[in-house]
Amino acid sequence: MKSSTLWGAADMGTALPRARVAIAGLGGIGSHCAVFLARCGVGAFHLVDFDVVDTSNLHRQHYFTEDVGKLKTQALAKQLQRINPDVCLTLDTLRVSPENVAALFAHDALVCEAFDDPAAKALLVNAVLQNNPHSRVVATSGMAGLAPANNVCTRGVGRRLWVCGDGVSGVAPDMPLFAPRVALCAAHQAHQVLRLILEED
Amino acid sequence: MLVLVNGMEREDACGLTLAQFIAQEGFDSARVACELNGEIVARAHYGDCLLAEAGRLEIVHFVGGG
Repeated sequence: MKSSTLWGAADMGTALPRARVAIAGLGGIGSHCAVFLARCGVGAFHLVDFDVVDTSNLHRQHYFTEDVGKLKTQALAKQLQRINPDVCLTLDTLRVSPENVAALFAHDALVCEAFDDPAAKALLVNAVLQNNPHSRVVATSGMAGLAPANNVCTRGVGRRLWVCGDGVSGVAPDMPLFAPRVALCAAHQAHQVLRLILEED
Repeated sequence: MLVLVNGMEREDACGLTLAQFIAQEGFDSARVACELNGEIVARAHYGDCLLAEAGRLEIVHFVGGG
């Protein structure tokens, strides 16, 4: 028998290895959320981002100096495979637009919104909820600055949308993004996804 | 004449269109997601969606960062 210190999400049956999670935006939120969920044994990911890793990302995003210049989809895919060699990955290296958003996430039952631009956040959430009646979305809003960590929460909005964050702390020159509070928000998001996969919510 | 907005009773929302309410709150309609009585409201319908007595509006105004 295993020591209790080794018990983890892998002991939760087949729901996690069978789950597929879309991550839209692979910055500070999306990279951390994907890593958390891969460690929990989520079996498949749909990773979407148009960008490459920049040195200016390393202060809060889950990448390393050797990733600089690489596509975020490719760099994060490599990390997830190092955590779980059996992970199934679908990569879309493109910018999400009003024209492609519906088709892009048409086969995703669980979508994590992890963009940094507020209009892009709204675009994705509205499009998925309108076009995909069975999908559920876990979004993020408000993780910048140094307001108390406990202000970051997960709010259920209706039946198919959850929003993680404090709701008000937008990024600004006097309110930058710090790795701990961003990762905290990403942990809220990953936790809510786990609750949905394991039918706790 | 009350509308429930994010679970709070609001007297200043009843009779407004959703577009008018978004403007009143100082929100940018390109940065919101709205659910009225359990249904997501498409942005194209904010102008003709009326907030009626006893309506339940959930509104998320997204801020930047990720």
